[in-house]
Parts: sequence; C-alpha cells; structure tokens
Amino acid sequence: MTIFAEKKQLVAPGEVLAEGSYFPGENTYREGNKVYASRIGLAELVANKLIVVPLKGRYTPRVDDFVIGRVVDIAMSGWNVDISSPYPALLPLSETPASRAMAARKDLTLIFNVGDLVMAEVIAFDRTRDPLLTVRGRGLGKVSSGRVVRVSPAKIPRLIGRKGSMISLLKKATSCEIIVGQNGTVLVSGRQPKNEQVAAAAMYMIEREAHTRGLTDRVSEMMNRELR
Amino acid sequence: MSTTPQQPPIGKIEQKGIVDLLAKGRRIDERKLTDYRDLKIETGLVQKANGSAMVNLGKTKVMTGIKIELGKPFPDTPNQGVLTVNAEFVPFASPAFEPGPPSEGAIELARVVDRGIRESKAIGLEALCVEPKKQVVIVFVDVYVLDHDGNLIDAAAISALAALLTSKMRRYEMEGEEVRTSDELVPLPVHNEPVAVTTAKIDGNMILDPCLEEELVMSSRLTVTTGRDGSICAMQKGGLGTFTDQEIRQAVKTAIEKGKEIRETIRGATAGR
Amino acid sequence: MNKPEVKLVDENGVRLDGRKLDELRPIKMDVGVLDKADGSAYIEHGKNRIIAAVYGPREAHPKHIALADRAVIKCRYHMAPFSVEERKSPAPSRRELELSKVIRESLETSIMSEVYPRTSIDIFIEILQSDGGSRCAGITAASLALADAGVPLKEIVAACAVCKIDGKIALDPSDIEDKQGDADLPIAFMPKSGVITLLQMDGSLTEEEFNQALDIGIAACKKINEIQVEALKRKYISVKEQAEERHEIQEAKA
Repeated sequence: MTIFAEKKQLVAPGEVLAEGSYFPGENTYREGNKVYASRIGLAELVANKLIVVPLKGRYTPRVDDFVIGRVVDIAMSGWNVDISSPYPALLPLSETPASRAMAARKDLTLIFNVGDLVMAEVIAFDRTRDPLLTVRGRGLGKVSSGRVVRVSPAKIPRLIGRKGSMISLLKKATSCEIIVGQNGTVLVSGRQPKNEQVAAAAMYMIEREAHTRGLTDRVSEMMNRELR
Repeated sequence: MSTTPQQPPIGKIEQKGIVDLLAKGRRIDERKLTDYRDLKIETGLVQKANGSAMVNLGKTKVMTGIKIELGKPFPDTPNQGVLTVNAEFVPFASPAFEPGPPSEGAIELARVVDRGIRESKAIGLEALCVEPKKQVVIVFVDVYVLDHDGNLIDAAAISALAALLTSKMRRYEMEGEEVRTSDELVPLPVHNEPVAVTTAKIDGNMILDPCLEEELVMSSRLTVTTGRDGSICAMQKGGLGTFTDQEIRQAVKTAIEKGKEIRETIRGATAGR
Repeated sequence: MNKPEVKLVDENGVRLDGRKLDELRPIKMDVGVLDKADGSAYIEHGKNRIIAAVYGPREAHPKHIALADRAVIKCRYHMAPFSVEERKSPAPSRRELELSKVIRESLETSIMSEVYPRTSIDIFIEILQSDGGSRCAGITAASLALADAGVPLKEIVAACAVCKIDGKIALDPSDIEDKQGDADLPIAFMPKSGVITLLQMDGSLTEEEFNQALDIGIAACKKINEIQVEALKRKYISVKEQAEERHEIQEAKA
C-alpha cells in the first residue's frame, strides 16, 4: 500500500493518490489497484479513506443542511427556490408553519413571493428527486434585512472554521450578526455599513486564500486595520 | 449545439444478450465478427438523375442520386469544378428521425462520404472546369437514407460510389463566348473507388458492419475509408467510447482488406456502364 | 488563378515557420480567465487564440433532454467572424456542427456524468483566431475549463494534430500546412488511461505512414497534458504563494 500524494497536496483530475486497498472517498475514484483524484483540490487521508477537498464547485445539497435561497417561482402548492445547486429546490406549502398554511392556500404569495430570500433546511434529496426544503423550525423563514454575501460553497467549511473558530472571529471583530448557509449564501447584519463591508471583505479573503497557511492571522489583521 | 443523445430504446437484457454472445465470438445474426451483411446494389433507378444507386446492406436501405449541372465555381478555386455531398435522413427511415434541417448525424455522414470521394481524388475537379472563373461543372451527390438498420455511413458511401460510377453527363465545351452542351451523354470520369469500412467496439470486441441493435449497444465506432491502392483517405471516430492505439491499428488493417472485397462487389454491380 | 503551391519543407527538414518535423508550435495556457462561467481556460497554440468556458452542472434546458441517470453534455464549437482571413458568417456552418459533435464525444468520455443525474454540463469553445489544429486546441482548452469548473473527470484530455507535408509526416500543422498538406490527422488522447477519444483524418496516407503519425500524435498529446496540469495548478498555487509570502513578511515584522 503506497500513498503518492502528500497531505494537502494540490492534485488535478487523473492524478494517482495511492495504490492498494484504500477506500476511494469524495472526489476520487478507483480503477484497478489505484485511487485517482477526479477533481482539482487538496488530497487528504481520513482513516483509510482518500478524499479530495475541492477548491471549486457548485453546492451539492445534503439532508439537514441549513441553506439560504431565493424564491424564483410559485409552483402548484409551494415555491421553487434557487439554492445555487445544479438542482432547483422545492419548498412545499406543507413545510411552512401550520398557522399560516391555511390562509395561504388560496394565495401563496401571502407567505413568500418571487424574489424573497428564505432561510431553510434540506429535508430530502437523492439521485431521483430534486431537493425538498422546510421552513418549519427555529430561525427559519423569510429574510427581512441584511446584506447578502455569496462565496463558493466549497469554502464554507473554511469560513466556519474548526468548531466555528473562524466565523466567531469575524462576528467578534465586526460586531455583526452573520448567518452562514451551507450553499454559499451568507447573511450579514451590522449596526454600521462599514462593519458589514469589512465582514464581507474578510469572507472574500477567506474564499480566495482558503487553502493557505496563516490565514486566520491575516484575516484578523486585516479586520483590525480596517476597523481601527 | 451538440447534445448527448437520448438513451437508445434497447432493454438491458437485450444488451446483455449481444455482449454475452460476442464474448463467445458470435453475433445475434450468426455473422462472423468481420462479415458484412448481404449487399445488393441496383443502379439506374432514377432516369431523371444523371446517376443513381440503391443499396441494401442487410435491412439498411440507402439511395444516392447524382445531378450534374453547370454553375459558378467557388471564389477561392476559380478553375475547379465543384463536388457537394448532402445527406438526408428521411423521416420514415426510423422512428427516431424527425423532419427538419439535417441533424448532426446526417451532417457528419455527408462530410465523411464527401471526404472519401474528395481526398481519394475520385472526381477530377480540374477537368470539370468549362470557362475559368465563370462556369464549371457541379456534381451534386445527394444521399437519401430510406431505412435505418445500422451502419449508414458504409451503405451511404457504397451507394454514392456506385451512383457516381454509373453517372452520365453531357459534354460542355466553350464555343467562343457561349457554352455548347452536347446532346450525347458521356460517362462521368471517376478515377478512384473509395470504400468506407466501419468497425464497432462492443465491450472490447471489434466487429464490422454493425446492425442497428449492435449500434445501440456499441461504445464507439471507427470508419476508415481507403482507395484503390489501399491508401487511407479518410477516418472518423464516433461515439462516446474510446480506442487504444492497438485497436485502431487493427481496425485500419481490417478496413484495407475488407475494402478490397467490397470494391470488387461494387465493380461487379456497376460494370458495363 | 489558384494560389501557387509553396514548398512546405526544405532539404534540411525545416518548415516554413522554422520548426523541425517533430516540433510543436509554442503553447500558452491560462485557467480561470472568465468571471461568470463556472470554469474557463484560454489557449494560444501557434496563432490559435481560443477561449473555452463551462457552465454546470446546472438544470437541463429544455427539460426533456435531461437523462435520468447522468448529466447531459452540450458542446458548441464556434468560430468568430473575424477569426479567419475572409470574414466568416456567424451562423454555424456544417463544419462547426460536425466538430461540435466530435468534440463533445471526445470530452464526454472523460466526464463522470453519473455523478450529476438530470443536469446539463455546457461546454462552449470560441475560436477567436484560427491557425490550423483549432479543434485540437479547443479540446485542450475545454478539458481545462471542465477541470476548473470542478466537474468530476477521469482525467484531462489533450489533443494535437499530425500532418503530411511534402511527403513527410510532421507534427502540429500550421494553417498553411493544414491547407496545402497531403494529410491532416487530429487526435485527442487520455494519457493515463492510454486511450484515444477523437480521431479523424483526411488526405492520403499509407498504413505505415498512418502508424507513424499515430505514434507521434500520441507522444505530443502526452506532452501537452503536462502543460495542461501545470496551468491548472498554477492558478491555485500562485494565490497560495502570494498569501504565504505576505504571511512571512508579517512574521518578520513582528
């Protein structure tokens, strides 16, 4: 059993990661006795599984993900929501708080209209069906205010940081409320536009340099400098 | 824009059947891997055309009509006649064909057949110049696919060649400023006999002249067109699969040999023109 | 008068542009050159100037072309009106339609389309300037654009053409060699799997000449593949290096 790629090595599609009985995880594939990368990203070994952490790519929905989407159409008994994934999501009327569902049956726009931003959770998704959303739950529903920042979904884990360390850093330094959707859409609310701007700048910086060392320090330094 | 075609209407069991048989070296219609289906060539059916040939390759039916007319040359080749090949997948030839402008499949077929004729120099374009820059002979090759049971390219190439070999045209000569068109008919001069041989790859097996079901299962195909002297004048790979370089060399070798056989058949059918 | 034929190779085996028979033209590639597209690449190969862009995986339009178990691949090869000597009409020609098909087939093999059922992956190749071998350079750029977009691939596809000029087999025809040569053989190849995904030929070659040309073409594709992987990684490495450089400067100040 041999591993060819170093930890966090940048690998391109078709590059050999390892030879032997390793399990081909996300963004890799096995052919014969070798495991290859299928996307550009950073190679990692997790227990016996080889994965490639992608540097780019659209959002692939996962059940239980918190997402922020935009209503694009009113369907038969629900709304079509764009969550920046290859698949359009459906928010059925039955997945809105029961108290309002009755009244809205005649006119769905009473709850959400085209163009509204919604905070939702993915409750179903598989190879044969488009993702299904719900807004029944704490903290879910229409977005009424705030600044929208969009980053690549592949960088969201870095934006949140280990145990939320990075996002806490941003919230503290800018005194902003920051809500992060797994699909790359982030909501920022601060008392001053300047604070929101700095928070956004920090997020773009993280997105650009997610795969580098010393990022936390540089982000911290930039925010302090801008908000002095 | 080219789009991945819809999945072929063939069930998994039928696919497996074809693949399993091939693993034993057999085909669903009992042919050998390198056998062509029965080839029947009929010429001269359409008297209003300068030449015509109806080809039956197994159940595949393709007809080609040739029209030879006087016209303007292309600006960048003012002293040459014009050869133009067009293919029509007639809607009744297959439940999958729809009326409308030529599909990418029809365009590809026409261009592959064209390359065979053009690159083998079967038609001498310089000799078809009547009045330089002004009037040249235009040879229209119209391929009409009438029944699709697989391997349209080879059948089309055979029918185009047979039609050309039996085409008759009027003689065009300059008389002062005017063109004089003779009443007598002379054969269209044809200097080579390009033959297309298509190899299909199914699960690693290489077979010639795929019938429709085999085409629906194949991963890719390679068409090799050769001339009289065995030299290669056109090649086209098609399909979503791949070939190793060994497989390609093998396909080329087979095409050169098989091309000779088919050429003999065409000569036999068009002799005494 | 038809243009007079020029001698394409001299007695020392040197071509009109100074190359030897087995030499590639200069190649330059950049990845991620467009902002809105999910993936993109720009290539200069000889005088070819080509941009390839990828959108997707995204919703399939129209819906009925979607496939239940995999992504549909759409591909458009198009030449800009100003890309050739005499202005070309922007309407797609039969040649562009045929090339769109064979290019799609050559790339589709490398795409792991079962990962995104019911979606569409759209590939656009625009030839800004054409100089012989444009379909090959287009495939080379498009494969990079797919990788840049994060589309899962078995590997990156490289392509190159081989020609016969003045009776000799030569690598990578320029425009005049393409037009006046005796044979043109475009090839696309996946080096790790060792398989050919595009093969076309027109002209006149003996079986022996063809075998020789195939060998040369495959070897060139392997070389081009190395340049592709380097260009792909370069885009991400440079950001990393710049950032780490700044980090070191900060540490030094402290």
